[in-house]
Amino acid sequence: MLEQPNRAPKSAAKRRCKPMHFENVVLKINGIELIQHINCTLQATGKTIVLGPNGAGKSLFLRLMSGLMEPTSGSITGGLEEQGSLAHLDQLSGTPCMSLVFQNPVMLRRTAFENIAFVLRHHRVARHEIAAKVDAALAIARLQTRGQVPARRLSGGEQQRLALARTLIVNPHALLLDEPTASLDPLSTSIVEDMIEQADQMGTKIVLVTHDIKQAKRMADDILFIHLGEVLAHKSKRAFSKTREASRRRPISMAAYQRNKVLTKGALKIGQANSNRN
Amino acid sequence: MGDFTQAFQIAFDLLWSMDKELYSIVYLSLKVSISAVLISCALGFVIGAALTVFRFPGRRALLILFNALMGLPPVVVGLMVYMVLSRSGPLGVLGLLYTPTAMIIAQTVLITPLVAALSAQVLQELHQEYDEFFRSLQLSARDKLFTLLWEGRFGLVTVGLAGFGRAISEVGAVMIVGGNINHLTRIMTTAIALETSKGTLALALALGIILIVISLLVNTSVALVRSKAKEVIYA
Repeated sequence: MLEQPNRAPKSAAKRRCKPMHFENVVLKINGIELIQHINCTLQATGKTIVLGPNGAGKSLFLRLMSGLMEPTSGSITGGLEEQGSLAHLDQLSGTPCMSLVFQNPVMLRRTAFENIAFVLRHHRVARHEIAAKVDAALAIARLQTRGQVPARRLSGGEQQRLALARTLIVNPHALLLDEPTASLDPLSTSIVEDMIEQADQMGTKIVLVTHDIKQAKRMADDILFIHLGEVLAHKSKRAFSKTREASRRRPISMAAYQRNKVLTKGALKIGQANSNRN
Repeated sequence: MGDFTQAFQIAFDLLWSMDKELYSIVYLSLKVSISAVLISCALGFVIGAALTVFRFPGRRALLILFNALMGLPPVVVGLMVYMVLSRSGPLGVLGLLYTPTAMIIAQTVLITPLVAALSAQVLQELHQEYDEFFRSLQLSARDKLFTLLWEGRFGLVTVGLAGFGRAISEVGAVMIVGGNINHLTRIMTTAIALETSKGTLALALALGIILIVISLLVNTSVALVRSKAKEVIYA
């Protein structure tokens, strides 16, 4: 099933993390198998697009990768594991390993400027450097005039750009994005995609979850297709486009699709509630 | 009826003429209750945040306990503090009984559970929203706690004001541990109770009017804080 994308490493890109291996990864929530025996390897650089319909288990896959959730069985190795999972600081460079951007941006109840400064302070960036760094990050997100606006008063698109800028400011080794453009207009979508491309150029591994096949085509180096908790295909963009026609002739049973959608969404909520409780 | 209107007239005269005795009572009331609220907030906010951030056995039981203690009867608190501070009690040597300090202690005991339980409610809602974000940043429990307190600042101010409202209007606890001694531990509520039973309605009425004005001011501030929060932060 696993077909490695045949792609020369980008010359500009500096490889910063190792490939990540999923071996027989299973996630059960309340006895229901929502991720079923995933085996795949994600390369250390490039943009991996995780594609699939709603409720396929894409978000769960991302949470497993980030360490926000633990697999019921199987193992996730390599990648950034040696330095610890999500956002553990790289001992040498002081940069976090993985950063996560959620579908609904989580904004602190402060100004846009302070939202970014918060992360810098958490990473112990020297006080006199913070203002310049935040201004630069706001400019990349095209929010330079919105710095002093309370973040929660920004529009949805602006909030998502701010969330992405806040994540990228610490220059993570890997950037995990959960449908970041799902509810954005074309302009914000294109700014967000530009920001992701820039991060890719800097050598950051990108893992982007989406159900938008056009976006996948625009951005992907390789595509991981997940359905009903299983990886159905992992191919380079070109190979994926070729097989897409064939897969179209095997329509997904609507009943199975609906059932799974309800199950995964429900379980995701239960999982979050459980993790809150513990 | 004549007595009644006369009482009102004298009451307004007292208010208007800045009667020294009246305002010393008001001053002591505010001093005691504001001190108690400040101490309760310092304790209660941290307790509320700790109950939100830390996961430990007995956490839920504590939450339920604090919620139950919100409705603690003031006289019972007064009795307990009295027993602790009285000559034969464990803290009797300090000689605090019938002093303003004893009244501050009693009010602190009374409203700390209220502040803790209400701030836990405010912060738990926030924590749910921020949990994954905080975890993705690998924030330490201490950083989480202080960040949550700052993010919940508007809600917590409202909680503090609710605590103040309960403290300034309670009579049972301060009556028992303060003793309602003239010029020493007499505050608005205890004075109203005493003057009414003595039949000197004018002073009681004047104090009652001030008490109502204070409670109106507190409620207005709550409304202002809420609308400010809506405008600036939550919109």
